[in-house]
Amino acid sequence: MSEEKTILQVKNLKTYFDVTKGVFAKKQIVKAVDDVTFDVKENETFGLVGESGCGKSTLGRTIVKLYEPTAGTIAFEGKDISRIKGKELKAYRKDMQMIFQDPYASLNPRMTVGEIIKEPMKIFNIYDTDEQREARVRELLDIVSLKPDHIRRYPAEFSGGQRQRIGIARALAVNPKFIVCDEPISALDASIQAQVINLLKRIQKEMGISYIFIAHDLGMVKHISDRIGVMYLGHLVECGPSDAVYHTPLHPYTQALLSAIPIPDPDVAKAKQRIVLEGEIPSPINTPPGCPFASRCPRATERCKKETPKSIQLGNRSVACFLYEK
Amino acid sequence: MSLLKVEDLHTEFKTDQGIVHAVRGVSFELQQGEVLGIVGESGSGKSQTMYTIMGLLSENALPVKGKVIFDGKDISAESYPNKKEYNKMMNEIRGNTISMIFQDPMTFLNPVLKIGTQLIEPIMNHKKVSKKEAYDIAIKLMKQVGIPSPEKRINQYPFEFSGGMRQRIIIAIALACSPKLIIADEPTTALDVTIQAQVLELINSLKEESDSSIIMITHDLGVVAKLCDRVAIMYGGKIVEIGTDREIFYEPKHPYTEGLLNCITNPEDDSDEELQPIPGTPPDLLKPPVGCPFYARCKHAMKICKEQMPEVTTFSKTHQCACWLIQAKEVSHE
Repeated sequence: MSEEKTILQVKNLKTYFDVTKGVFAKKQIVKAVDDVTFDVKENETFGLVGESGCGKSTLGRTIVKLYEPTAGTIAFEGKDISRIKGKELKAYRKDMQMIFQDPYASLNPRMTVGEIIKEPMKIFNIYDTDEQREARVRELLDIVSLKPDHIRRYPAEFSGGQRQRIGIARALAVNPKFIVCDEPISALDASIQAQVINLLKRIQKEMGISYIFIAHDLGMVKHISDRIGVMYLGHLVECGPSDAVYHTPLHPYTQALLSAIPIPDPDVAKAKQRIVLEGEIPSPINTPPGCPFASRCPRATERCKKETPKSIQLGNRSVACFLYEK
Repeated sequence: MSLLKVEDLHTEFKTDQGIVHAVRGVSFELQQGEVLGIVGESGSGKSQTMYTIMGLLSENALPVKGKVIFDGKDISAESYPNKKEYNKMMNEIRGNTISMIFQDPMTFLNPVLKIGTQLIEPIMNHKKVSKKEAYDIAIKLMKQVGIPSPEKRINQYPFEFSGGMRQRIIIAIALACSPKLIIADEPTTALDVTIQAQVLELINSLKEESDSSIIMITHDLGVVAKLCDRVAIMYGGKIVEIGTDREIFYEPKHPYTEGLLNCITNPEDDSDEELQPIPGTPPDLLKPPVGCPFYARCKHAMKICKEQMPEVTTFSKTHQCACWLIQAKEVSHE
């Protein structure tokens, strides 16, 4: 793995939101992403999993620079982009695209499919004439398995899966090097999910694009990702190759999360013993010190409530838990 | 005798675009104490089948055709030409002997009423007990579904509860009158994985403790594998295959069931094999196909599939499937 080039390096990234109500009220800070460090190699798929509110989407959006990071660095191809603005940001966006969760909300209903896919090309001045753009749109429609005559239609005429294909075509329009996929299949039916996953895999193979794949469906994430990062309450608690993380989870939260997946096999599912966690995810507003998982962890000690564990490197994996300290 | 028997149920809706044939001849039986999973993609008619049984269809529904026999009693809308009479009869049953658990707990609970009020009301209505007795039953139910400090929580409003806790309240309301049948419409879809595990564990323990039958509507085959004794696969408003959990997962007969099982990921499986999606999209129920609803997407489709709906082939006492391909095979065996 070491000879592969790193394309994205995220270091101690923090994204905080000030949600204080009123001028004199006590300051309330949501630490949506708190001290997250990881990297993504070229041509790799990095899966981000976690439950709602764990900060996985905020992390994805911060990387695409839809949110300003509070602290930390994001290095893309060796260049820190965490503070760039204006022209530089525009150039970065050409390399870094995003596919959104909701295929209904992320396409303008008043634009035709052709206009939607052409828009990024116009913004980035990729082609000189409209004919060239139109030809490229047809090419893209073919890549995502839509018909050429779909070009004049409006999003409302398409099903969820087809709309997601339009979103993918739009992301591909500027020949990006990296795509952040924010729950691209969550809104789709099972038979359609598999179509979109296969499409994303094929595109990666043919065009050599790196992905961050955000989802809460752990089965799908494991299937598509080379490596997985597990998030809990803004922290990246564990990171490693997907098969290793799935079969020998290290962090107590990862263990509980994985054991909670319902397995689509009656004999296995009915025999499986689950680690059922007590309680629910605490509020991310003004989180107490210590390990984020301490309040629900079956193995928490006094120390976990006071100190935040640092990420420990174990070969090609990392875990933020005191249990693995030497 | 079976607890619920549904025969040739048809439900249609009048819309601006025309008539949507949502449920197109659904028949099945449910035994006492059994958990039946109904699986299908959005628009396959799984939820509408249940709403039809419960008499909870929206205003634009056309008169329902088909028989529903519950606990030996005919409760089909067809048998009650007088709508008032039908509603009166169903009001006696709904929330009492049949109760429902809905997908989104926030839209089901009234946001301006305390949890206690919403829990006590159905108990008082159906059980004819005093307010004090109903309160005691409510506290007991909240304990049963695992809500900590129920005496305090009973005076709170829905917004003070988290998603998982709200779903527990819904389950408590559903259990209030010890129903014979619980219909759960995607009860865990809106929940996170670890919270889903808690709720599934709760439903599983209820199933073991009581003799209630459960119909579980879901699109998650993992949930089905965990909870259900029998599974019905719906497609295009019809049940295309029905069988025990092991029959459906290990010996699927219908090409759609097979396709569905091929395009989901089993995280236990490490192979890097590509998923095999089912090409195309489900049929438009404004213009339902004459023949097999899966015809347009089926890789084994034959000429007859387009022209005629296949008849049901029986493989075992529990396993049935509607597909021409299988019929042809059966015939050639004989």
